[in-house]
Amino acid sequence: MTIDFRTEPGQYKHWKIEIDGNVATLTMDVDEKGGLVPGYDLKLNSYDLGVDIELYDATQRLRFCHPEVGAVVITSGKDRVFCSGANITMLAGSSHAHKVNFCKFTNETRMGIEDASDGSQQRYICAINGTAAGGGYELALATDEILLVDDGSSAVSLPEVPLLAVLPGTGGLTRVVDKRMVRRDHADFFCTVTEGIKGKRARDWRLVDELVPRSRFDEVVTEKARQSAARSDRPKDATGIDWPMVARQEEGDTITYGTLSVGIDRSSRVATFTVKGPTADAPANAAAAQEQGIAFWPLALARDLDDAILHLRTNETDIGVWALRTSGDGHMVESYDNLLAAEADNWFIREVRLYLKRCLKRLDVTSRSLITLIEPGSCFTGTLLELVLAADRSYMLDGSFEDDDQSPAALRLTAMNFGPYPMGNGLTRLQTRFLENGERYAELEAETGRDLLAEDADELGLVTFIPDDIDWEDEVRLALEERAAFSPDSLTGMEASLRFAGPETMETKIFGRLTAWQNWIFQRPNAVGEAGALRKFGTGTRAEFDPNRV
Amino acid sequence: MGINYSEKIPNNVDLGNDRRLQRALEKWLPEFQGWWRELGPVESHDYDVFLRTAISVDKGGWANYGHVKMPDYRWGVFLSPSEADRKINFGMHKGQDAWQEVPGEYRSELRRLIVTQGDTEPASVEQQRHLGRTCPSLYDLRNLFQINVEEGRHLWAMVYLLHAYFGRDGREEAEEMLARHSGDADKPRILQAFNEETPDWLSFFMFTFFTDRDGKYQLASLAESGFDPLSRTCRFMLTEEAHHMFVGETGVQRVIQRACDLMNEHKTDDVRSFGGIDLATIQRYINFHFSVSIDLFGQETSTNAANYYTMGLKGRYQETRIDDDHILTDATYKVPEIRDGKVHMIDASALNAVNERLRDDYVADCQRGVDKWNRTIAAAGIDFTLTLPHRGFHRGIGIYANSCLTPDGKVIDRAAFEKQKGEWLPTDSDRIYILSLMKAVTEPGKMASWIAPPLKGINGQPIDYEYVRFN
Repeated sequence: MTIDFRTEPGQYKHWKIEIDGNVATLTMDVDEKGGLVPGYDLKLNSYDLGVDIELYDATQRLRFCHPEVGAVVITSGKDRVFCSGANITMLAGSSHAHKVNFCKFTNETRMGIEDASDGSQQRYICAINGTAAGGGYELALATDEILLVDDGSSAVSLPEVPLLAVLPGTGGLTRVVDKRMVRRDHADFFCTVTEGIKGKRARDWRLVDELVPRSRFDEVVTEKARQSAARSDRPKDATGIDWPMVARQEEGDTITYGTLSVGIDRSSRVATFTVKGPTADAPANAAAAQEQGIAFWPLALARDLDDAILHLRTNETDIGVWALRTSGDGHMVESYDNLLAAEADNWFIREVRLYLKRCLKRLDVTSRSLITLIEPGSCFTGTLLELVLAADRSYMLDGSFEDDDQSPAALRLTAMNFGPYPMGNGLTRLQTRFLENGERYAELEAETGRDLLAEDADELGLVTFIPDDIDWEDEVRLALEERAAFSPDSLTGMEASLRFAGPETMETKIFGRLTAWQNWIFQRPNAVGEAGALRKFGTGTRAEFDPNRV
Repeated sequence: MGINYSEKIPNNVDLGNDRRLQRALEKWLPEFQGWWRELGPVESHDYDVFLRTAISVDKGGWANYGHVKMPDYRWGVFLSPSEADRKINFGMHKGQDAWQEVPGEYRSELRRLIVTQGDTEPASVEQQRHLGRTCPSLYDLRNLFQINVEEGRHLWAMVYLLHAYFGRDGREEAEEMLARHSGDADKPRILQAFNEETPDWLSFFMFTFFTDRDGKYQLASLAESGFDPLSRTCRFMLTEEAHHMFVGETGVQRVIQRACDLMNEHKTDDVRSFGGIDLATIQRYINFHFSVSIDLFGQETSTNAANYYTMGLKGRYQETRIDDDHILTDATYKVPEIRDGKVHMIDASALNAVNERLRDDYVADCQRGVDKWNRTIAAAGIDFTLTLPHRGFHRGIGIYANSCLTPDGKVIDRAAFEKQKGEWLPTDSDRIYILSLMKAVTEPGKMASWIAPPLKGINGQPIDYEYVRFN
């Protein structure tokens, strides 16, 4: 079954968006029978990937279609239940790959919420009007402020260890200690009690920010949201852009978007992404850019690339190598980058920059070998140069192909390479690349706006290899063939370890530490074996654990 | 605070020598007393009430009668005597020695069970606090107060367990039980049925018949617990619960009796003209209270219930008398499912269906009571039969929650249900009429117009005995 990440509010089954002035409310009211695949009921506001696809879509729309919204409230439409987290029957019945992809996507969506708070000043407030368990509480953890109804029974909990023999899969452990700065011993206790913690202790231990009586809940939440929205710098009366679903055409093994095409070669298990650069110079200013709406090339690219990554990641799991190519005019790309840099304060441009950042991060955490191929006719400039820096390896043709009158391939740095697109570790891809060499970074800044041919690029450390036209075809073919022959698991581990050099952040901990542990736990019999906790959950019989600690 | 423990708090848990428990209770006791003053029966503090007080668990000890002011009632902490060498009788620990201490791995589950049960006890006191003002007789007023103090004692029983076995968390939960209040928008009681009002005495009798009977089945299944102190506590509570159901069963029976008497006396079905409650109204009250009470058993298939069973924490009704393996991993049990507009019975895992099984036992027990009521009607020579509605009728929890069923079990659409609702459930005019009958009758031996006298008095006293003295 193919999973489509595209949706729109008219198709939502589980969420409702309401906008009142500068405050939006996202209400989760999961349709029990509305699961993505048959075989489980989404009881008690539990969720599957389908529920989260809608949430992701809703958060994107709030950013782009509603610039006036400065605060977003997440709450539940159910009585006495906020959200009970990922649906366990769904997890137990899913393949390992689906579970991992599901966790990855939910993590990215939670980080997108944090990015909205930090990057767009669209503050999120979680109004927990009932029990928030597991992923339900993790959703709350992604917001800026957590309000809990103080009715003597509503609690927050992370019961994954005691109930399911797995970990909270969406950053719960890390956010509890790193973001909310809950003491480690308190966190330890909290993560082992199935029914969680409520009331005063939840607040005293910083698990929530405020307790509110049931009768004043709506009033307090609204007031908080209003205050929050008032502090936001988002324009109070601007109009957003239209947000139709991404257009995607599939023909055989070729997927075509407006700015991108992906060709899948199943025999070699390689997908080739070809990004098409803009066909005209950038509009004059932010207003003209917003006029273009989703046709504004950098935004169109972000939307297309985002969908392509999600689609391939979920639906084409055995296509293990992604070759990244571009075609177009580097100068035009540069003109867009100049606009993105010059109009950074404009709300729309800010959103586009943030979206590109998130989209590139999504690429970073994707468990596929990324190989960039830089040939004549390509346009790896600025924003698109990030694809070279994101890749595990890059090959740049030195010179031109015989009988080809195109000028040799060139790279070009723009201001967009020096800050707007940090990786999960908080550094730009260039900083991460030259961790040991701060001088090189300064040297590169001086090269901004200049065409860098293969030898320069090699000299400056921007590319891995620069074969000439005699070797090109073989070198590239061998690299791809060799890659496809390694164990996918070891490649995933290796790439993930190498990609995030440098300092650790909450984000790298969540992806690199928690997810890695979880992926291991998801393979272990204690969790997923015949007598494992996920299999036994709901049957009333107990899991049997292998007592060996590894 | 100096408390002479054996005098002030009758107990069989050696409270006088248990410093830890004393300290816990010393903090809780004044809070309990404050709660009773604030939310116990209204305006009743100076009444002398002919109450039954348990001062020990032996035959002669658990029923001592005398006039007592309710705030001075000696609530006490009692557990049924321990059974030598008691074993766990079901679940994965079947055959092992019953636990005398809380097993670490089940601490939070046990606490949750005890808190949920405990929360219902003070809730019903709160629900009934205004009823004293409209009692149909002194006999009934005394029964109301007897039930209230015993619910209070049942709260004590649960609080004792929390204090004795669950440390600081247990003490906090014990305080929360006094902080949550029935129907309070901010801190409601945990289970919804305990947030409903009990506005009149017909509702009270229905509540004690149907809802307290749920309590009986919950207590009975907790009495099977492998955690011995819980089991012993619940076994003793069950001895008191029987009286509550007696009050409900005979209360409704007396209302029926009165209706029949009026019908025969005046040769009419219109008993309302003569200050009685007609049988059709009684049927609507049955429909309401039965449906609300069976919601208390929870979902037809429940993971929590299955887990509690496997862990050995909460068994089935009369677990040891059931002829099966008491582990249930391979057994099935019939549960309902609505398909194509009809109720079908399907096989579910027996473990997951323990709630439904308990509900089945409960429904059968309710039916026995209804049969008795029908015998009263038949004996009066009247052609009318009261029935329990189908269990899918008017449900808020479980598989029926999103469907509409008629009292005889046909699935209909919501519009049709709304149209006919007034025939099946108490209407506003029913409630207004019942409320109009609620006027206190406090002369010894006299009864309100809508209820027949009881067959006999309490503890050998005559019916016109002064069961409550108002001072």
